[in-house]
Formats: sequence, structure tokens, C-alpha cells
Amino acid sequence: MRLAHDDALDTSHGAILYLEDVSVSFDGFRALNRLNLDISVGELRCIIGPNGAGKTTMMDVITGKTRPTAGSAWFGQRHDLATMSEHQIARAGIGRKFQRPTVFESHTVFENLELALKTDKRVRAALFARLDGEQRDRIDAVLRQIRLDDQAWRPAGLLSHGQKQWLEIGMLLIQEPALILLDEPVAGMSDFETERTAELLDELRGKHSIMVVEHDMGFVAHIARQDKVTVLHEGSVLAEGRMDEVQADERVIEVYLGR
Amino acid sequence: MTHPTQALFSRPARYLLVALVVVAALLPLLHLVFPPGHTLHISGYTLALVGKFMCYALAALALDLVWGYTGILSLGHALFFALGAYAHGMYLMRAIGRDGVYGSALPDFMVFLDWQELPWFWAFTDSFWYCMVLVVLVPGVLAFVFGYFAFRSRIKGVYFSIITQALAYACMLLFFRNDTGFGGNNGFTDFRRILGHDITAPGTRAVMFLVTLALLVGALCLCRWLVASRLGRVLQGVRDAEPRLMFIGYDPLWFKLFVWTLSAVLCGIAGALYVPQVGIINPSEMSPANSIEMVIWVAVGGRGTLIGAILGAFTVNGLKSWFTAAFPDLWLFALGMLFILVTLFMPKGMLGLRLPRRRASPTALREKQALEEAA
Repeated sequence: MRLAHDDALDTSHGAILYLEDVSVSFDGFRALNRLNLDISVGELRCIIGPNGAGKTTMMDVITGKTRPTAGSAWFGQRHDLATMSEHQIARAGIGRKFQRPTVFESHTVFENLELALKTDKRVRAALFARLDGEQRDRIDAVLRQIRLDDQAWRPAGLLSHGQKQWLEIGMLLIQEPALILLDEPVAGMSDFETERTAELLDELRGKHSIMVVEHDMGFVAHIARQDKVTVLHEGSVLAEGRMDEVQADERVIEVYLGR
Repeated sequence: MTHPTQALFSRPARYLLVALVVVAALLPLLHLVFPPGHTLHISGYTLALVGKFMCYALAALALDLVWGYTGILSLGHALFFALGAYAHGMYLMRAIGRDGVYGSALPDFMVFLDWQELPWFWAFTDSFWYCMVLVVLVPGVLAFVFGYFAFRSRIKGVYFSIITQALAYACMLLFFRNDTGFGGNNGFTDFRRILGHDITAPGTRAVMFLVTLALLVGALCLCRWLVASRLGRVLQGVRDAEPRLMFIGYDPLWFKLFVWTLSAVLCGIAGALYVPQVGIINPSEMSPANSIEMVIWVAVGGRGTLIGAILGAFTVNGLKSWFTAAFPDLWLFALGMLFILVTLFMPKGMLGLRLPRRRASPTALREKQALEEAA
């Protein structure tokens, strides 16, 4: 299997993301407490856990929004995430979808994807940028993939909630990231939209390394299949294993599933 | 698929623009060709007034770039305007030569303060072109340095606005001092000539008017090109969803800094065009009220449209000219009322009243209307 960014990332040890003893404190509150986690190349990993378990803080650490108070976070073996800014991490190949869909509402769907294209993203390049045929084809392909090809010229602000979520996923895909972080991708979606999202994730399985944070147990059970699921609790890993193993774990039932 | 924004202006906008520019360019000719008293004569007063409005329109255009498109509300743009005006004013003061009240080579205010020689920062200001470089550099460098630290520290929204206002206010206090070397509260005035020509002569006025018109149209085309480029769409991304922009690999710092500095430079050029036509520049031009008035021009015309900024500058200043003559005490109340009414009932300004744009497809428009009705 050949994944984007392999060479620049150096994933020769098999893992694309390592979090080692990561702690984050906010005014004495420990959002993350010596968290250890690693994700293999091409893996689809679901992260579950009750509110306040530190799921979003973990994503913030990985994407450069929050600096770890202690511990280290590595993307491949070359990128020390604790020293990089948000845009550097994005350029290195980590894409993030927020919990609430965040797209450029006054731009059309097409323009949203155009801005996200994997290309030179500095001021001068943006000033003189023109789309070439290859980039147009790439945008068209992603539009079909996220099932928004008939919405290309509508302002993104007019899309339904589910369509905005897909557009945001499309904006990640078009950057060809090696690792995709999805924060509650089906929150607020209708059953039909949830099903389509699961199909979309299935298409991405194996092509990218993916980390999904999700509350919806049915959805997690559906997409995790035989892949590992990690349960977070109070800022560290409580359990890790296949979905059925995790669901059978006494401690997990106590803190999360049983309630 | 082709991108819908190919031409700089849509066809009707282009015709309207050309028509307006032709009419505006005729004004100085009517001033020169027909003698005073003739029906077609345009007075020097009218010419200077329209010229002044065009300078304001250029400043409004600059503000729209940062506020309307990038979402950065500046309450200190009058500072950049005044700095451009002062930079040009230094040349105009030097060009008075020994024709001042005291017959000295030094500007009158320096003689009055009993200074024996020019301060070091007045060096080379007898050169028109050196001062033109200052017009661009002084507001540009100040904006760049200020912007770098503010944007790097991720100061945003109302905090940024307040700091810009504090900066403008601090500079105003600085310029009010006689020791600062810019004429204290009287500022610069009594200009005699520009590049060897009598500054009040009809021909000189006509040329200054045409130069202002040309720069205004040039700046409009530049801004239009800028906002239609991918960079323009990134700027709107800063306004609408800055975190999203960072997480797809853009560093907002440099985009903000670019547009902020460009805006300050355009504003400085507007000030430089203003000072010879109005004949005076003093620190009260930097007052917070002036910066706020600029914001109102843009809001009234319609922000994020460029044309709206120009329209707003002309409308509000036209009203102001009439109001301050008819009811001088009521102007500030009227201005405040105008701002409240526009904010409440015309959030998109005067341009929000026009017909929907052609670019949106009929289905998109129907959906939009349905959404607005539902809201």
C-alpha cells in the first residue's frame, strides 16, 4: 500500500502518529493525563469516551491548537507536533474536521474546495493562482466523491447540515492528507446522511490513516469493524481493542456504556 | 467548469463606471473652459469639494478591503490618511520657500518656535518625489510593524479595533505637541505652490483633480482584481472561518498583514491627494471621530463591495456638506442616526437595495429567498 507523504513523513516504524505521555493542564485542570496513543499507517481508529474525557483536547494537541504541557507528539518520525503551528501541521499532512461543520459560507462549494487544494498557500502564490486542468479534474472528482457535484456553484452557507459536513470532509480529502481527524462526523445528521457518511468513510479506509472521535455507538460499531477502538476517560486511555472486546470491558461499562 | 469571475467588472458595471469617469473628468474642463458666471461653469469650490470626496472615497475603498473583505475593523484609518497628508505636506511647506510670513527658508511655525535649522527628519523634504516615497513608506511601515505584532499575537475583533483607535489617538496627541516638529495643533497650511505651479491656479486645481480621479479608478481596479483572485477568497476566509483556513494550511498572519499594509498605503495616498486640494492638514484629522466616520461611509454604501465604499463616501459627505450649512449643530446627531438606521435596516448598505446579482443561479436565489423568509 502506497500512501501520500510516505517519504517526507518517514513512517518506517509503521506508526503515523505517536502520542507519548501527553499531558495538558488548563488552570490546574488536567484535560489530558499522560495519554499514550499510536496510530498505524492506513488504520481507521475510533476514539470514544464520555464528555470531558479529553477527546477534543487531544485533537487540539495533534493539530497545533493546544501545546502539550508535558510529553511528546510525533507525526511520522520527522514532525514534532509540539513545535509546529496549525498551518505547518496542515501542510505536513494532517487534516481536521471540526465538531461543528466549518466551511466558508459565502464561497461556493467549488471555491471551498479550490481554497483547500494541495498547492502553494503563500500570499504571492494565492495572488497569481490560476486553476489548471488537473486541479479542476481533482475538484470535480472530490465533488463526486462527497456527492455534491450538483451543488458546485451554490454558496456553501445554503447547504444542509449534512452536506456541510461532507464538504468539510471533501476539503480535507483534496489536501491529500496522510492522517485525517474527524471530530463527530455524524453529529446532527439524519439517518440517511449518517449512512452516506459511513459509505464515504468506507471508501477512504486504507487510503488514509483516519482517526474518528464519535459519540454515536451504532455508527462506531458499524465503521470500526475489526479495527481497534480506543476508550478515553479522564484524559488517558481506559481501554483499547476491538469494539466487542471494549463493549465487554467492565471498566468501560461502568464509566461510559452502562449509563 | 469555468470560474464565474473572469472579467474585472460585469458589463453594466463597466458601462456605468466609464460613464461616471467621463462625467467626472469633464468637471475640471468645464472649470477651465467656461468663464465664471457662464451656465456651464464649474466653480473652483465645487471642484475642490468633489476632489475632496474622491480622496475620502479612496480611503473608504482602503477600509473596505480590510473591514468588508477580511473582517478586520479598523478604528484608526484616519491616522494613515493623516500620515500620508503630512508626508506630502512637508514638501508643500518647503515649497513655500521664503514667501512665508517671516521670509525665512524655514517653515513659519519653526521660525515661530525659534528653531535655527530643520530637524533631521525634514531632510530631503524639498524634493517632491522623496516626499511621495514617504507618503507610501510612512503609513506602510507603521501598519506593517503594528500589524505584525497585533496579528502574530492573534489579537482579533473588538480588541484589535480598540488598539487601532488607541494608536491613532496616541499619534494625534504626539502631533499636537509643538516639539514633535509638525506644526503642533495648527499643522501645515498656507501652501503656495506645487512643483513650481501656483497651487490655487485653475489649471493646477484641474490637474490635481484629474490625478485624484485617475488614482481612485486605478485603486478600484487594483482592489477589484485583488478580491477576485484566490487571495481575495482567502481574505474572505479569514473573515468567515479563520480556524478552517489555518487547518487547511494557510497562515493567516501574512494574508492579514498584506491587506492591512496595502490598505494603510492606499489610505496614505488618499491623504496625500487631500492636502493640496483642501489646503490644510492638522492633527485633528487623526481624531477618533474621523476614523469612525470612515467606517460609517463604508457601512452606508455597503461593505464588502468596493463600489459601495465609494458610493457611501460620496453620499455621507454630500449630506454632511448640506447639513453643516443648513443645520450646523445637528450634523453629529444626523450621522449617528444614519449609522443606527443603516445597521438596523440596511445591513448590506445602499448596495443591498439593488437587484440580486446575476451570478447566482435561479435555483440558488429561490432557495436563498426561502431561507430568508423562514428566518
